[in-house]
Amino acid sequence: MSQVATNTEQLLRTFILENYLFTDDESKLNNSDSFLDTGILDSMGILELIYFLDEELSIKVESNEMIPSNLDSIDNLMAFIAKKTA
Amino acid sequence: MTTNQYGLDPVLAIDFDQEVERITQRMREILSQDLHRRGFVIAMSGGIDSSVCAALAVKALGPKKVFGLLMPEKDSSSTSGDLGKLLAEHLGIEYTVDNIAAPLEAIGCYQWRDDAIRQVFPEYTTGWKNKIVIAGGIDGQINHYNIVVENPEGERFEEMLPLKAYLTIVAATNHKQRIRKTLEYFHADRLNYAVIGTPNRLEYDQGFFVKNGDGSADIKPISHLYKSQVYAMAKHLGLPDPICNSTPTTDTYSLEQGQDEFYFALPYKKMDIAVWCYNHGKSAAELAEKIDITEEQANFVYQDIKAKRKTTRYLHLEPQMIEKVEL
Repeated sequence: MSQVATNTEQLLRTFILENYLFTDDESKLNNSDSFLDTGILDSMGILELIYFLDEELSIKVESNEMIPSNLDSIDNLMAFIAKKTA
Repeated sequence: MTTNQYGLDPVLAIDFDQEVERITQRMREILSQDLHRRGFVIAMSGGIDSSVCAALAVKALGPKKVFGLLMPEKDSSSTSGDLGKLLAEHLGIEYTVDNIAAPLEAIGCYQWRDDAIRQVFPEYTTGWKNKIVIAGGIDGQINHYNIVVENPEGERFEEMLPLKAYLTIVAATNHKQRIRKTLEYFHADRLNYAVIGTPNRLEYDQGFFVKNGDGSADIKPISHLYKSQVYAMAKHLGLPDPICNSTPTTDTYSLEQGQDEFYFALPYKKMDIAVWCYNHGKSAAELAEKIDITEEQANFVYQDIKAKRKTTRYLHLEPQMIEKVEL
């Protein structure tokens, strides 16, 4: 994984850990954890995440891209971002 | 969809005489044994839910122990006020009209909302109308929201709402339901009455209410009834035709807005069946056949029902305590 990707992954992980799990314990979040199924985020949380992607990473999520397979875990987000920035 | 008495789908058919008896009996029991109040206050929007609740309250206690409240504001349609009065007079109850535009103005409801709309449409100003519409759920997307505005010439514009603007608009308009509830409790306190909450099952199940606003009440007599059953109940109770035939609106935004545009994935008749099927373990294929949508869409509707339950769970929660305190 490139340095940029590593930094992005860490940025996303920190965003979720700090704002939804209120911890800096990295073991509380696996990259494959589904945000919705585990209850880490609800659909409003996903909208906040979309806002974060726009503000922090300048990644605009179009309405047809607002699907769980793009946004529902760190792994899905990283794949989605890679596709958007390719 | 085959239909039954009052146009109901057979799975939603109930014995309305028995149901009226059961509800009114429970309303009297709850009032005397749990709430210890001597009547009911009911806010009447002219919509089907509050109309049926008011009629049930009158059936339970008689018209002299029910006090009606009509609380229009700047964005209310004149129809809702007319229907509210029509009902109060039909039921023979005492009622008052309290216009809440001034308190809403004073706490900044309209200002906050309009400023947020101007983040998307800077030209939005006095004389323009607005509404929020939901998008995504029926297409398997995460639910998100668009703002629709209309200028005085009748031209409409629609844009996706950024999250912060959406939250601010909803927070500002929630003042409406909360101010109304404040007045309902004022009258309840002065009369020693209890406050009726009017959600139907769809609204209660899917969290379509404002916490500490219309979600707040002492008793919710129809929260177990699907919306189609509430319409049927209105006919069964002999409510005036304009009420029985009214379409469900939010009556919160200045442009006409159906509840399915704002919140639900489907119009209420289909949504009722979708929630019923979900609750009874029916497959997406069975739902699809019943309400004439594709199986893929039925799957999306099921996902949407689950997502809304999850997202709105907090609305149902009482204040959470660190440990239980025995009383």
